Amino acid sequence: MLYFSDLLQYSDVFFSGLKTTVELTVLTTILGVALGTVCATVRQYGNRASQHVVSVYVELIRNTPFIVQLFFIFFGLPAIGMMLSPWQASMIALTINLGAYSTEIIRAGLASISKGQVEAAKVLGLNFRQTLTRVIFIPAFEKIYPALTSQCIIVMLGSAVISQISVQDLTYAANLVQSRNFRAFESYLVTALLYLGLSILLRFAFNALGKRLFAYRTSN
Amino acid sequence: MIEFSNYDILRNLLFATQWTILLSLAAFIGGTTVALTLTAMRLTRNPAMQRIVKIYVELFQGTPLLMQMFLCFFGLSMLGYEISAWGAAILSLTFFTSAFLVEIWRGCIDTLPKGQWEASRCLGLSFLQTLRFIILPQAIRVATAPTVGFSVQVIKGTALASVIGFVELTKVGTMLNNATFEPFKIFTLVALIYFMLCYPLSLYSKHLEKKFNVSR
Amino acid sequence: MSLVNLHQVHKYYGDHHVLKGIDLVIKAGEVVSIIGKSGSGKSTLLRCINGLEQYQEGGITVDGKEVTTEDIQVRRLALSVGMIFQNFNLFPHMTVGENVMLAPTIVLKKSKAEAEATARAMLEKVGLAEKFDSYPEKLSGGQQQRVAIARALAMSPKVLLCDEITSALDPELVGEVLKVLEQLAKEGITLVLVTHEMNFARDVGSRVVFMHQGKVWEQGDPKTVLSNPQTDELKQFMGAVL
Ligand SMILES: Nc1ncnc2c1ncn2[C@@H]1O[C@H](COP(=O)(O)OP(=O)(O)OP(=O)(O)O)[C@@H](O)[C@H]1O
Ligand SMILES: [Mg+2]
Repeated sequence: MLYFSDLLQYSDVFFSGLKTTVELTVLTTILGVALGTVCATVRQYGNRASQHVVSVYVELIRNTPFIVQLFFIFFGLPAIGMMLSPWQASMIALTINLGAYSTEIIRAGLASISKGQVEAAKVLGLNFRQTLTRVIFIPAFEKIYPALTSQCIIVMLGSAVISQISVQDLTYAANLVQSRNFRAFESYLVTALLYLGLSILLRFAFNALGKRLFAYRTSN
Repeated sequence: MIEFSNYDILRNLLFATQWTILLSLAAFIGGTTVALTLTAMRLTRNPAMQRIVKIYVELFQGTPLLMQMFLCFFGLSMLGYEISAWGAAILSLTFFTSAFLVEIWRGCIDTLPKGQWEASRCLGLSFLQTLRFIILPQAIRVATAPTVGFSVQVIKGTALASVIGFVELTKVGTMLNNATFEPFKIFTLVALIYFMLCYPLSLYSKHLEKKFNVSR
Repeated sequence: MSLVNLHQVHKYYGDHHVLKGIDLVIKAGEVVSIIGKSGSGKSTLLRCINGLEQYQEGGITVDGKEVTTEDIQVRRLALSVGMIFQNFNLFPHMTVGENVMLAPTIVLKKSKAEAEATARAMLEKVGLAEKFDSYPEKLSGGQQQRVAIARALAMSPKVLLCDEITSALDPELVGEVLKVLEQLAKEGITLVLVTHEMNFARDVGSRVVFMHQGKVWEQGDPKTVLSNPQTDELKQFMGAVL
């Protein structure tokens, strides 16, 4: 039989885990997308050498598991003198991971902008930076917004792994609770539902943000 | 303490890689089988069936793979069903893989022009005949590249099986690390092995995509 | 006084010799129509004049200044050379007003109020004052092209380059755009346009330039050139168009 009632007494454990997960998600989403934007811009418009550097970064991250990246950063880097707290290591790993995926996604958006738009900006006298920020970015992001936000949610769900280096996130809370009350199934089920709620909430938030960012699609 | 030479480390890691590959294959086969069933359910146009598929996808794409593994492993044994780490890993990776593949394939089927269904019905083909002779051959062509691409996610997903104690590449990596205290070297090697498994598939997927785009 | 001056301009795409020694002098206030077969190098010529393409030999000056593709140069040229494209190329995420105000505010550093006043005046001129707050995708092709003209005019260019600006339009929308051009011509703006509109070239233009295989093959007063072509190639071309 399932017993959920005695999980209630652990609600603050769950809550604090949820808080950590949300905090890390918000922070790494912002940092990761920023990193991806910079890398995608370099990949699309930079010189040969810098394009190669970005490609190597993207392929290395996309073709290795997140948990190994996390272990490498948390266990491996201190061995060469870079001490990191679990929280710092997680934040770096998540940012680097999302950064690589969003580089690929955002680059596709940049590539979708027609040459004509860039030339129109040029003949109006805009410099490259102005062209990027005023003319290219918004339509480019609009094109790939669904893919980008899905990836952010995938990374949020992937963050469950950081409990393995004892960051006290939602999964850590689940492990803690089940080790105390020995009701693994209930504890994990509740946690899974919390994650589900979080991903649905995130999707709503992203949609709302998208409506504001790309308001021109819907207005008069 | 046992001394591990570089050779020992590599030998152990490569041995463990076999399990990673085996688990990936099992999950991929399981995942495609379930995804095929789910795709068929969706194509029936029966609202109840479609709803089930939708909820399935929502559940397994909306929760962490790690949590699914915990539920399969600790949860099921808690409920009295004994399950090995290997079984739990295959089961949860099958859910995970199928939930993503069914969505990927839906995208592929949706890219086929609606006229294809209508034209076939006008020619008097039944639903199954339309599927078998018209839709599937085209959809398979479109779907191959993203499916191969997704197999990379499956391989990477198997790394989480280490958390529930299944001894594959990542697990052996952490075990070797505990024995040698050479995390930098060990995890670099582990990452490289994963890279060598995944990167060719990524390249192949890109190649297929290009070939397909050229041919149409 | 010559405003645009091309001297023996050669342009290659790789091995492909596209412009083969173009000599062309355009005076302020002229309306020059460039005609010619597809692939004869008309667009390439315009793109060399505003620095979008690099030419390999010869020289181009606009308003006395040498044209190169170096970014700074293109931007300075933008102040004296306006360009309108076949596909409008309005910025989809900005309103009509924002499209027109963008360059004056961030390139000319005009104040917002000043830029808005100019924008409204230019939109008035092309007959779209009431569309100031609309987004481009809500406009017809003809309206979009008129906004593009207003956007170029807002930079008060000395010369306006138009590359087949009515070719992407439905036939019934061509007239409204040509009417705006005619108005501009009357106001004395220098226009260089690649066009297939022979009537416009004859009635409004001050000169016709026929290009063939990367060369200026024949040029002169529109009425004479078009009704009495000298070369076989132009005769043939006229035959094909009519
Ligand atoms: N970016 C490019 N790279 C290589 N070749 C080009 C490029 N742009 C144009 N060309 C070639 O240069 C020649 C002249 O092209 P251009 O676009 O100037 O012709 P056009 O007279 O404008 O023709 P149309 O009436 O079709 O617009 C053509 O043979 C074309 O194939
Ligand atoms: Mg052209």
